[in-house]
Amino acid sequence: MNVPSSPAADTAPDLETGSSTTIAAVVRGRRNRGVRLRTVVTVLALLILAVFALSVMAGRTFYPLGDVLRVVFGEDVPGASFAVGRLRLPRAALAVLAGASFGLAGVAFQTMLRNPLASPDIIGISSGAGAGAAFAIVGLGLGGASVSLFAITAGLAVALVVYALSYKAGVADTRLILVGIGIAAMLESVTAYILNQAPDWELQEAMRWLTGSLNGASWNQALPVLAALLICGPVLLSQARNLGATRLGDDTASALGVRVGRTRLVIIVAAVLLISFATAATGPIAFVAFLAGPIAARLVGPGPSLLVPAALVGALLVLVADFCGQYAFGTRFPVGVVTGVLGAPYLVYLIVRVNRAGASL
Amino acid sequence: MTAAHTLAVEGLTLGYGDRTVIESLDLLVPPGQVTAVIGANACGKSTLLRSMSRLLAPKKGHVLLDGKEVHRMPPKQLARTLGLLPQSPVAPEGITVADLVGRGRHPHQRLLARWNADDDAAVAAALDATETAGLAERSVDELSGGQRQRVWIAMALAQQTDLLLLDEPTTFLDVSHQVEVLDLLTDLNRSRGTTIVMVLHDLNLAGRYADHLVAMADGKILAAGTPADVLTEDTVRAVYGLENRVITDPASGKPLVLPLGRHHVLA
Repeated sequence: MNVPSSPAADTAPDLETGSSTTIAAVVRGRRNRGVRLRTVVTVLALLILAVFALSVMAGRTFYPLGDVLRVVFGEDVPGASFAVGRLRLPRAALAVLAGASFGLAGVAFQTMLRNPLASPDIIGISSGAGAGAAFAIVGLGLGGASVSLFAITAGLAVALVVYALSYKAGVADTRLILVGIGIAAMLESVTAYILNQAPDWELQEAMRWLTGSLNGASWNQALPVLAALLICGPVLLSQARNLGATRLGDDTASALGVRVGRTRLVIIVAAVLLISFATAATGPIAFVAFLAGPIAARLVGPGPSLLVPAALVGALLVLVADFCGQYAFGTRFPVGVVTGVLGAPYLVYLIVRVNRAGASL
Repeated sequence: MTAAHTLAVEGLTLGYGDRTVIESLDLLVPPGQVTAVIGANACGKSTLLRSMSRLLAPKKGHVLLDGKEVHRMPPKQLARTLGLLPQSPVAPEGITVADLVGRGRHPHQRLLARWNADDDAAVAAALDATETAGLAERSVDELSGGQRQRVWIAMALAQQTDLLLLDEPTTFLDVSHQVEVLDLLTDLNRSRGTTIVMVLHDLNLAGRYADHLVAMADGKILAAGTPADVLTEDTVRAVYGLENRVITDPASGKPLVLPLGRHHVLA
């Protein structure tokens, strides 16, 4: 009703199409959001590329980009072929893949449950996958794909248990988070117990299952994570619009034609698979799933789906944290120690804020 | 403008768990009219509305849209014909008005299809109709209660359905905003022929704005018909257990219910 008010009350507005100024404003707003999203995604991708290149070149011996590229294209470069091809490249690749998996799965959970605390690493799913992997490796002496299998089974089982324990005429988000935090604490002590049984020589390796680490990363570890990302990533992206609609509440989403139950199931399974495959390779790298979504939300602004930006933020976080962990301090720290230092204060901040008022991403 | 759709309820029994809220209820929504459902708290009004829009599966009976069972229809297809605005919906923190209203386009969008000019036009029309265009880039949680309710209605309008169900669209609004919302829904009904079904608490506004009134008590329909048929002293007493007088509203010529409590009533 942008027309000047007339005495007759029956100047009904045109309900088919809006006024041209409003249409122009709607289009402009949408374009601006699109430009911001594309800018953020491009800048994140370039940063990932830059840090990736840096972490492949830098190390005990510095290899220039030329040498690195020759290794990538299969040439034999003395020294570089081993250091870059066998150590640094798989490590950086695994950092990107695991970071993207954590970021994607984290933001999917946070958006679906409308709470930043509902990230898989807070509600026990990462701890479950970590305990499963630690049991397979340290307890049973397994390796390779069977470790992933244990991690996935444990991750899915924990998701199911948390869901079942918090179910009471519909899942209440706060209860789910509290149950999840409790389960996570339990599973971490299970992991610690398993590691205590390990012989000393395995201890360094075992540290991975407590904080997450990229030490000794190999292509054999990176490939399953890549496969999971290539399958589950598109599945999650296909749910982006449904996920956006469920943010408005189950009733509104259903009224908009979303099959809420089915959307939930697809998202939970895909996200748990991502978390479990990545955790089986790197251990539960602390707080990446938890941090990626909120950081992405602040970069992108309100509106667009956060799935892709959060995946990129996750990848960048792990890359940068691992690089810092290796070179920024006197001793070398596993990547999870660095991300833990970043994540813990934010967790405290969120808990304080959530206690004051309901909060979301 | 499309042909009017028929929405009917046959032998509907609804409940949560073991508790039955509504038992074998029949209702025919008059196409192209504004229907208001009235009744005391917890009489099953909201439950009925939720089931009519597929949110609650019937224990027995059917909800039929153009003769087809609502609970068997593909959800998106249903959502292009029938919209629902739930009772006091909660917007996620930080969402902008434009984004919220844009979500109303969900049922019109295919899996990977891009946002198109129709979507822009529908959102703009919804913003104009609810006079919220100036708020488009604002965050929903900064808005006043009245503005927020208009934004939610805008979302339902952007859905462009021929049938619109609203659960207490005027709750928490002051009287001028209540009238504004009801005027808007009347505009929608008159200019697009949208069939409207709403749950209302204010009997007198219901009597004034509805073409058809449905009075419920204890999960049953006690009376249905024009406001003059339904808003009688006997029916109001039966529905609410309240002594009352019904006079003719000098402003609208419709019935006006005067509650008679124990105090402040002339002998």
